[in-house]
Amino acid sequence: MKDISKSFPGVKALDGVDFKLREGEVHALMGENGAGKSTLIKVITGVYEKDAGLITLHGKPIHFRSPQEAQNNGIGTVYQEIMLCPNLTVAENMFIGRSHAPIVNWKEMNEKAARLLDSLGIPASPIQELSTCSIAVQQMIAIARAVDMDCRILILDEPTSSLDEDEVQKLFELMRALKAQGVGIIFITHFLEQVYEISDRITVLRNGKLIGEYKTSSLPQIELISKMLGSELEDISTIRKHEPVASDAGIPVFEAVGLSSAAGVRPFDFTIHKGEVNGFAGLLGSGRSESVRAIFAADKVTGGEVRIHGKRVKIKTPLHAIKHGIGYLPEDRKGDGIIEDLSVRDNIILTLQVLKGLFKPFSLKEAEKFAEEYIKKLNIKTPTSNTPIRSLSGGNQQKVILARWLLTNLEYLILDEPTRGIDVGTKVEIQKLVIRLASGGMSLTFISSEIDEMLRTCSRLIVMKDREIVGELRGTDLTENDVMHMIAQGGKS
Amino acid sequence: MRKLMKNVSHLVLPISVMVLLIIINLVKGADYFTITMINGALYGNIPNILFGASELVILSIGMTLVTAASRGQDISIGESATISSAVFVWFVLRSGEATPVTIIVGFLLSCVVGLGLGAFNGILVSIFKVQPMVASLILFTGGRSIAFMIDGKLSPILANDISNRIGTVIPGIPIQTPVILTAVFIALFAVLLKTTTLRLYVETVGINPNAARLNGINPKKVIFLTFLIMGFCSAVAGFIAVNKAGRHDSVNLLKNIMMDAILAVAIGGNSLGGGTFSITGSIIGAYTIEMLNRTLLRLEIEPAMIKVFKAIFIVILMVVASPVVRDFIKKVLDRNRTRKEE
Repeated sequence: MKDISKSFPGVKALDGVDFKLREGEVHALMGENGAGKSTLIKVITGVYEKDAGLITLHGKPIHFRSPQEAQNNGIGTVYQEIMLCPNLTVAENMFIGRSHAPIVNWKEMNEKAARLLDSLGIPASPIQELSTCSIAVQQMIAIARAVDMDCRILILDEPTSSLDEDEVQKLFELMRALKAQGVGIIFITHFLEQVYEISDRITVLRNGKLIGEYKTSSLPQIELISKMLGSELEDISTIRKHEPVASDAGIPVFEAVGLSSAAGVRPFDFTIHKGEVNGFAGLLGSGRSESVRAIFAADKVTGGEVRIHGKRVKIKTPLHAIKHGIGYLPEDRKGDGIIEDLSVRDNIILTLQVLKGLFKPFSLKEAEKFAEEYIKKLNIKTPTSNTPIRSLSGGNQQKVILARWLLTNLEYLILDEPTRGIDVGTKVEIQKLVIRLASGGMSLTFISSEIDEMLRTCSRLIVMKDREIVGELRGTDLTENDVMHMIAQGGKS
Repeated sequence: MRKLMKNVSHLVLPISVMVLLIIINLVKGADYFTITMINGALYGNIPNILFGASELVILSIGMTLVTAASRGQDISIGESATISSAVFVWFVLRSGEATPVTIIVGFLLSCVVGLGLGAFNGILVSIFKVQPMVASLILFTGGRSIAFMIDGKLSPILANDISNRIGTVIPGIPIQTPVILTAVFIALFAVLLKTTTLRLYVETVGINPNAARLNGINPKKVIFLTFLIMGFCSAVAGFIAVNKAGRHDSVNLLKNIMMDAILAVAIGGNSLGGGTFSITGSIIGAYTIEMLNRTLLRLEIEPAMIKVFKAIFIVILMVVASPVVRDFIKKVLDRNRTRKEE
């Protein structure tokens, strides 16, 4: 693939990316959320049309219009979520939708399936119902299905995220066997150890740009992390580094002891003081989002104590948290943040209206006043306040959600990846806003996949790995190097 | 002016259907709008439509809210109406002579029953996460038998002056009583939507329940509330229907009306998948359906064939308005445009 570009309204998802897969290699595609990994995969498999660039297969230019076409040309994809039918047998799942004959020769199909399972060493029987197999075996059957369709390129999108250690090993054996047969494998995961165990080469993407292609053996883990998270400063250096406030003095605005949630984060302690900006650092899946969701009670809280201004309070639902002056801007803007079909105005006033109650609606005039005020304040680009939020760009949608929270007179605002997938200009605006709010006395938690962004805004970083806090950095320790080391090693450097 | 156009864009479908039906009727006979005065009340095609659609209009208001919040439909509305009106009839007959007081108490009692039935569906849907259609299938299946048990005998007769006046006209008032009751009901909902944040809550929950929860709205409560409202609508519709009929026929009262109510919601430009809603659209939709029924009668189509024509009309309407056709037309237009550019 050469010079692939793909834009979505407001964002350049892929910007001149090159990618090369050789026969019989396992090639890891790395990058944080929004780096462009899935967009790249979708361009390869024909889900998206590329804006520019050239894709060649064995030297011949190709252009797939649908995933079906890609499959017919030997590109098989296995997704994180298994897309098979659990109540059919293993053999049926392997051959479903591949024959146009009206009559199924069950005997032949089962024999063929048995041979294939055997040759790949998959411990399953063709006549077994798929749902009785473990997730790992189901994953392998999905791969077997792809392999049997003469696939020369196999794309595995986070295949290991729901597997345990043994199962991962079984999957890796299968991958090695396929590799030996000359199949090229693109492997996407956020588990660094697995990358080093199985892959031959690594391609790193960040912000839709190619960072580079490396041999796995010659790229130390710490360098990989810094390449993924980004070390060079972009043109955001205009933001003055936030001076650490005398934050340890006095009673903290928010304090949690032994907090845990149903989303599986280990019990943790956390405090934040007035005017402080802190952050949770760590790779994707480290538990940074789960931690802040536990603070806001977005997931079911299963244990721990919470104090606000030293007073013990119960926060069991998001509404409790909101009533105590806590706001939460979720990581998944589309799934958890915006109300797509409603107007910008309704999206802005939503939370304040909920606080005010069912029987006290804002008049259109009042709502309009709030909306106009924040559209101006945050420089939200929208034709009118009546425009549905879905037609705005990502960055402007994010600003609307920020406005929604700012309107409620918060004391503590949690921002989970507020700058993900939005343009550079808006990123800078949001970072500036964070610092301005903090100097106004608000406490903020800021999470980002881009480490330099956090270094610029936070005075204290809590480092997480494997759903556990592994350390805390502040003051002079707060450098990129220290953070990277702590993430990589899980301890003090 | 442009703002006005935007606000009514979702009403294009129901209004254009209505205009089409009016044209058909005018072609059939120019006397379509003629209104005559009989015994001090107004009669004619239009008053008949307003009269006939009363129950449907009331039910489609409730159906709109249920659809918007729960992303599903309540198919037990006819049965709920039958049960609550059975309680009304039981109470009135039991009290001996019908006085305004017994009628009003009976009506309030039937409203309580309606709310209870709505709560039953609402709990199944909001707490136990049963699909709305499956949850309401229970009352749909058993409802008429329950109503029959309350009746105690076949079709108890509601022969008293007050019921007759509620079902037809009150002397001295030229408009039929059900039409007035429906207007009052519509006004009640207009006030409800104006003085509460119900619309914002229902739409938010219907569009994105996750985001609703993270912003302090409890989606379960909102969905439950819409089913309660639906139960109230059923009780009122049952009250009007039984007073119109003058007897309580537990087998046929408002039979299959949920189909028309769902259709009214759809014709009104509402997505049956929930989210933003227009009650005005549903109301126009309900009147349109009644107009269609009466148009087919007026065209002197054989009664046995009426349903066939209705079905054909609806199929055409739904296909024309479907996203597939809209996308297809858009695609064809786009393709022509690019071809020209090339």
